[in-house]
Amino acid sequence: MVLELQKPRPIWQIMFSTHHTDVGLLYLISSLAFLFLGGTLALAIRAELFLPGAQIIGDAMTFNRIFTVHGTTLIFLFIIPFASAVGNYYVPIMVRYKDMAYPKLNAIAFWMIPPSGALIWLGFADFTWYATPPYSIISAPGPAADMWIFGLKILGISSVLGAINFVVTILKCKHPDMSIGQVPLLAWSFLSTSLIILVAIPTFAAALLMLLTDRLGVSGFFNPAMGGDPIAYAHLFWFTFHPEVYVLVIPAIGMMYEIIPRFSRKPIYSYNSGVFAFVLLSIVGFSSWAHHMYATGMSFTEKTVFMVGTLAAVPASAMHVFNFVATMWNGRIKFSTPMMWAVGGIALFFSAGAGGVANAAMPLDFTTHDTYWVVGHFHLFVMGTIAFGSIGYLYYMFPYVTGRMYNETMGKVHFIMSFVGTVLVFFTQHVLGLYGMPRRIFDYPPIPEWIAMNQIATVGAMVIGVSMAIFLANMIYSSGKGKLANTEDPFGVGGKYYYPFEAKNPSH
Amino acid sequence: MGGHSNWPEWVYIGVVVALMCWVGAEAWEAERLVEHVPEGAETIIVTGQQWFWTFEHEDGTKEIGELHVEVGKAYKFEIHSKDVNHSFNIHDYVVLMDAIPGRVNTVWFAPTDAGTHDIQCREYCGLIHYNMRGTLIVEDPTA
Repeated sequence: MVLELQKPRPIWQIMFSTHHTDVGLLYLISSLAFLFLGGTLALAIRAELFLPGAQIIGDAMTFNRIFTVHGTTLIFLFIIPFASAVGNYYVPIMVRYKDMAYPKLNAIAFWMIPPSGALIWLGFADFTWYATPPYSIISAPGPAADMWIFGLKILGISSVLGAINFVVTILKCKHPDMSIGQVPLLAWSFLSTSLIILVAIPTFAAALLMLLTDRLGVSGFFNPAMGGDPIAYAHLFWFTFHPEVYVLVIPAIGMMYEIIPRFSRKPIYSYNSGVFAFVLLSIVGFSSWAHHMYATGMSFTEKTVFMVGTLAAVPASAMHVFNFVATMWNGRIKFSTPMMWAVGGIALFFSAGAGGVANAAMPLDFTTHDTYWVVGHFHLFVMGTIAFGSIGYLYYMFPYVTGRMYNETMGKVHFIMSFVGTVLVFFTQHVLGLYGMPRRIFDYPPIPEWIAMNQIATVGAMVIGVSMAIFLANMIYSSGKGKLANTEDPFGVGGKYYYPFEAKNPSH
Repeated sequence: MGGHSNWPEWVYIGVVVALMCWVGAEAWEAERLVEHVPEGAETIIVTGQQWFWTFEHEDGTKEIGELHVEVGKAYKFEIHSKDVNHSFNIHDYVVLMDAIPGRVNTVWFAPTDAGTHDIQCREYCGLIHYNMRGTLIVEDPTA
């Protein structure tokens, strides 16, 4: 691997570089910066909800802005760019090519992220990450709302450019000796997600333009006062963003496919089943979008169709879990930090999926929909599965990126605190949802069960907050002053026979 | 990967698929029963607007923020919205239906015991969404 920080270079050489590892480093640093920014907002939300009544946030409008920007930031400015960072570092090496297929396009795709991040953060919109019409059309204050729309528009284009690059790199630039059936599962995960992006994103891109012209008053696509229908937006939005859920989770699963066999010192149990599950998930991911809309007044038939479509995605996800467990079975497992994160992530992935089955079942959805159950459910995916897989992978790639080792003890403390915190926050939120607390509320009546559950969740969030501070200190200190890593085998797990990058990347 | 038998995975997938079929069938059956509005249900027109609920009974009585119903009767809610999306929710009776401008959604329930329950909005609708609440008062006419 290329060692980035061992050979210090002026920062502009990295910023204006089009080499895949440099672009990967830019993606990595910016996504981590947004992780900490978005996480800080989460702590503010949790502190506010510790007790009924206004606590640290003065008014409902500020609170609404905070949860909107929290969600938008962590989904679009942390999770997706982090996956792009890993893809940039690893995909060209895994398919044995010198760079991404289109290096300049790659750099352009990255450089769209800072301006859109600025638009989202300087605007600070309040209409939720769903930009709910007709509220977003007739009530949401500008220019925040318009800045959010433009920010998301630019991010959508960036995603599409990145996806084209990954598809071409994997399918057209892989080494001629390498068949598609030999491409490592991590690269397969990027192929699947890129194809999903190319099919799904244009729908939301159209919906965003329609939302903008509706706001300008020149059209009424989603505005009932002008003959439009907000449900049309719901369909367009979820047609993009239910598949997008798989765009977020599949790379994290791919990262676990790198970590689990390496630290179990065994080949993956079934490569074919992993590929099959990725492809299956990419296809059935498109059959379930309207399960977000059961309560909008859908007919019984529509609900049944989308329930079946949703349940159809479960076996594919279950195959991944089986593959991980079967790989670890009888392995000589070394629980280094990356392995702990991956195993914790799989456990939480399983829990999140089990909760998802309950949501998909039509009658149960009316209990859980738009309550804190849903907040707990999708956070078990985005935090418990995706962030856990991503952070585990960050520890895994750390010696390859910096040439140094992180502090193992701090890494393990980070994992244990984050795991405990995640369980405290998000399992509790499931229960809170069953007690009926709606999501997206600034304040709540003093119902004893609600107070108790909120307090447990807030304590959990603070535990995660402290662990993230330890993480930040570890990353900053170790990248400059950590002990030098043995880049041949930084984790001391030996054996290279299943190691994906046997071919050396030509130095640049 | 070849070389090793994969039967445990097939058995496992079979179990998962069977489990999903069971969940789907049970949900289908339950939802079919839940959606069947009983004969003679009284209609109550529910209107959501930023940030309160209005109720209109069949006899023309209007209420704001409070809804009085009687034990043993079935009620059908016709849900309207005057401005943005809301969601009409009586959590204790698992009544949940979005109020969407330009559409009329229906949902029904039949209260079983006298008492009071919370009514709330469960879809984000702006500044005072958190306090778009009401009270359901179930009365027993025989008591």
